[in-house]
Amino acid sequence: MRRIGYTLLYVCLGLVAVFQIFPILWLFMFSLKSNQEIFAGNPFALPLEPRWENYLKVFDGGIGTYFWNSIWITALATVLTILVASMATFAITRMKWKLSSLVLGLIMVGLMIPIHSALIPLYNMFLNVNLIDNPLSIVITYVTYNLPITVMILLGFYTTIPREIEEAAIIDGSSIHRLFFRIILPISAPIMSTTVIINMIYNWNEFVFVNTFISSEKYKTLTVGIQNFIGQYMTDWGAIGATLVISVLPIIVAFLFFSNKIMEGITASAVKG
Amino acid sequence: MNKVMSNKWIIILYTFPALLLIAVLIVIPLILSGYFGLMDWDGIGAMEFIGLDNYIAALQDTKFWDSTLHSFLLALFSACSLIGYLAVALILASKIKGASLLRKIYLIPMLLSSVAIAQLWIKVYNPSNGMLNSILLGLGIDNPPAWLADPNIVLYAIFVPIIWQYAGFYILIYYAALKNIPESLIEAAKIDGATPLQIALKIKIPLIMNVFKVTIVLSIVGSLKYFDLIYVMTGGGPNGASEVMASYMYKLAFSSYNFGYGSAIGFLLLIITLIVTVIIRKLTVSKDEIQY
Repeated sequence: MRRIGYTLLYVCLGLVAVFQIFPILWLFMFSLKSNQEIFAGNPFALPLEPRWENYLKVFDGGIGTYFWNSIWITALATVLTILVASMATFAITRMKWKLSSLVLGLIMVGLMIPIHSALIPLYNMFLNVNLIDNPLSIVITYVTYNLPITVMILLGFYTTIPREIEEAAIIDGSSIHRLFFRIILPISAPIMSTTVIINMIYNWNEFVFVNTFISSEKYKTLTVGIQNFIGQYMTDWGAIGATLVISVLPIIVAFLFFSNKIMEGITASAVKG
Repeated sequence: MNKVMSNKWIIILYTFPALLLIAVLIVIPLILSGYFGLMDWDGIGAMEFIGLDNYIAALQDTKFWDSTLHSFLLALFSACSLIGYLAVALILASKIKGASLLRKIYLIPMLLSSVAIAQLWIKVYNPSNGMLNSILLGLGIDNPPAWLADPNIVLYAIFVPIIWQYAGFYILIYYAALKNIPESLIEAAKIDGATPLQIALKIKIPLIMNVFKVTIVLSIVGSLKYFDLIYVMTGGGPNGASEVMASYMYKLAFSSYNFGYGSAIGFLLLIITLIVTVIIRKLTVSKDEIQY
């Protein structure tokens, strides 16, 4: 009886796993097939002979530009977010002043609001300062909108730093900047790496800001770029599949290496709210 | 020591970048959205003040009400599906072999961009060559539905990839909370002869109720602002059957160049989201008080 119960539970969990993973496997498979094979054949079949030329076609089509834009915009925004968030978290948690909880509350407002409500005014602002169709608008928007979640993840760690560390540094005659950059930042490396990975995923996947603020092909990131690509390949499923695989592969590879960090970051960013 | 750590100039220097960005790019735009909502404005030309006309028009606009209804339906589905995620997490956390691998597999879709998910599911739902209808035809079901092209089905069809995207996220959160329950409590209940079902219902679920409440807020508020996936998958179609608040706002502003009216809808989206957040928080807190 107990054994049957356990088997049933495993079957349930296994079905959920199949549901979660199968569409992605199907995507990998059709990215290596020809239309004929996709349309006539069994969706579960492995490709007869993998058509890597689907991927070559996509690279020749210029996906490299979008890929590069995604990389540098993601990296720059992530570094800036973490610097700005760490500085603010340091001042809020480690320094003594009356308005610190008010400032923290103001930063946290960003967690609750629907970003779409701010979209039209943001667009108008960037238009007025000539930042529409300029990747700078994307970078500063990413930094701002990821600040609340980054501060939230950092907060827990910063409140646990022992006072003695600061006292020792200050008594030794170290300035606050030295304390922050040479001592606090290095010891917060583990939690910082969690925020790095969470920021990278968010920035890599972001769609609506790029779609709204950027119109030139040369500045588009992958999420928006693949939309064009797919429009252009309309009926060529192999090329569409290859485009999608190229866009999701970096995230899946990152997950293989950093799954524990990613899970830690996701849990921290959700539950403390 | 205290003097150094309460140096005003340093505090201002360290918090200024964050506060400036948040004020200029979040707080001011939100206020401006309400203000732009009072204007007749195409986004390029001059604004003309028209008072509350846009807001009154929104209240009489059946498209706005339909999209609001769709957003709330998605929120309701999302909140109900939490029970399913909780059930999976309960099984997963009960000393299952391979739990750690399964948890990772469940989480993978959540890491993909909504655009990639939307494009993938457009293919899954493709009426003639998609994965779903290939399977259905293989099972001998003739004339399977056209899914995204069918106004009666489209909203439900969109809900499946939403579950697919978020299931792993909620399972992960519940799993982490369940693993925090002290083993001694469970052992004590077992010694008292409690069945696994009783342990789940009477001990585990009450103990993670706070986390469950947080996820209710997250799922409902998150649903009210769904945009990317729906915008890419259907663009709100066919004929508005899958339009939600955010996609309607986006279309008004960036396709119809009706920035004044779009801002009004955006501001209403903000107000609705805030009201719903406050109501759910109140509801879940009052339950708390009855319990203890």
